[in-house]
Amino acid sequence: MRVSEKIIEGLLWLSAVITILITIGIIWVLLSESISFFQVVSLSEFLTEKEWTPLFADKKFGIMPLVAGTLLTTAVAIAVALPIGLTIAIYLNEYAHARMKQIVKPLLEVLATIPTVVYGFFALTVVTPFLQQFIPGMAGFNALSAGIVMGIMIIPMISSLSEDAISAVPRSLREAAYGMGSTRLQTSFGVMVPAASSGIVVSVILAISRAVGETMIVAIAAGQQPRLTLNPLVPIETITTYIVQVSMGDVPRDSLEYKTIFAAGITLFVFTFALNNLSFWIKKKYQEKYD
Amino acid sequence: MTNSEKNRLKDKAFQVFGIFCTFIGLVVLAIFLFDIVIEGVKRIDWDFLTSLPSRRASRAGILTAWVGTLWILVLTTLIAFPLGVAAGVYLEEYGKKNRLSSFLEINIANLAGVPSIIYGLLGLEIFVRQMRLGGSLLAGALTLSLLILPIIIVTTREAIKSVPRSIRDGSFALGASKWQTVWFQVLPASFGGILTGIILALSRAVGEAAPLIVIGALAYVPFTPSSPMDEFTVLPIQIFNWTSRPQEAFLNNAAAAIIVLLIITFMLNGIAVYLRNRQQRKIKW
Repeated sequence: MRVSEKIIEGLLWLSAVITILITIGIIWVLLSESISFFQVVSLSEFLTEKEWTPLFADKKFGIMPLVAGTLLTTAVAIAVALPIGLTIAIYLNEYAHARMKQIVKPLLEVLATIPTVVYGFFALTVVTPFLQQFIPGMAGFNALSAGIVMGIMIIPMISSLSEDAISAVPRSLREAAYGMGSTRLQTSFGVMVPAASSGIVVSVILAISRAVGETMIVAIAAGQQPRLTLNPLVPIETITTYIVQVSMGDVPRDSLEYKTIFAAGITLFVFTFALNNLSFWIKKKYQEKYD
Repeated sequence: MTNSEKNRLKDKAFQVFGIFCTFIGLVVLAIFLFDIVIEGVKRIDWDFLTSLPSRRASRAGILTAWVGTLWILVLTTLIAFPLGVAAGVYLEEYGKKNRLSSFLEINIANLAGVPSIIYGLLGLEIFVRQMRLGGSLLAGALTLSLLILPIIIVTTREAIKSVPRSIRDGSFALGASKWQTVWFQVLPASFGGILTGIILALSRAVGEAAPLIVIGALAYVPFTPSSPMDEFTVLPIQIFNWTSRPQEAFLNNAAAAIIVLLIITFMLNGIAVYLRNRQQRKIKW
């Protein structure tokens, strides 16, 4: 009996420890392949060169255009999702009836369950043609449509995390504001939002991290042309799209081109890792304020 | 206009804006689903579901894609379910409050935030190359299992946490061992919650295209897979492939395949929501 108990505990422990092995595996895979990449391409070229053309005859290995493309689509997405998501959170908390909140919240969650390849289709075949009616000269592939659709996708992420943060603010603060004769709007922006600011910031950081790593929407709708630009109307390429592009093609294993996807991958990993840990840190540092 | 009138007006204005924001996402969703159905529904028939892929849009079907998706679902469940639940049980029931367990916790939260395409790179190097599985169903299922493991672990822990202390104490008082308590009391009592988590995780896995593209799943597979070592495609990759083509007819095919994919996703989510509601109604400790 004792022995089998120990064996079972050992197996359970092993399952838990596998999660650490996954992290080690990710870091090891990304590092080992990129190290052999950086033996050929210097880190300074990677960071300062302004062109990314590993698949052309004249190869240039500057990650900046891919990073710019990624940040551009992310910025558009956040510009859409933050005001809408935060407004929804405030509205559901301060204005809406409890019943409405009950109905709307799960409906919004549906937005987060739709596969991203479906959003990509939407961006390419509905949003881009629609926007082209108002913006002449807008290319068929562009950062704007992809970013807008990505923003719609992450609305529930910002709205539900922010809503949790706002409803965690003690009742007494809200009641004090109403007691002073504040309107709901004044209470929201004067008291609730500042008091919940750390939770709201966390929701935005997680949303940014999600947008940076998003792949299929941008692979379908934003184009495959690495370009160092802030113009959202022209085709660009994100880090994730580049990885997909190489994976779809016939790039020989162990070639330098093949290793570029790991160099791109580690860049992406560094971004999301930093963002995620920043959010944990903020959560830990500021959350217990009212407990 | 007095100050307080102005403030009340602003308050009303924000209320309208709030309603607008709340519904804009839903309206866009509705427009989108409507558009997909209009474009895709005329392509959906028995032939579409049972035909192999083809260069001619009107003859192409999604047989290989949905069979591949089904295979991936089953294999991923077989791998991720025991592993995730075991890890969740360990962290909640066995893990002591020490540095290892707090490190495990941070690590799992971190893994949940790693982009899916990075899991693809991991799978490509470890499963496809080192373990020589190639672009097979098994390599794909292993990759997706790692991807959804954090979700399963977190929901398992939450389900186990909701089982009250008294159940465990009662079991121990009757002389049950730790594992007997977990196996006969805690797991059955939390099974509904665990199942909900698994299904939600699977609905995530079903929609993933990026990691599978990276590990080398093909867009064009002329046969249905018959063993875990076969090459494969899945619905999201088929949709991606059709969407990338310029011809209008392929876009209709993509829309039709999206309808099928959405039906699967919504069904999985519906089951999960149903189970969760039933669980909440049934058990009152």
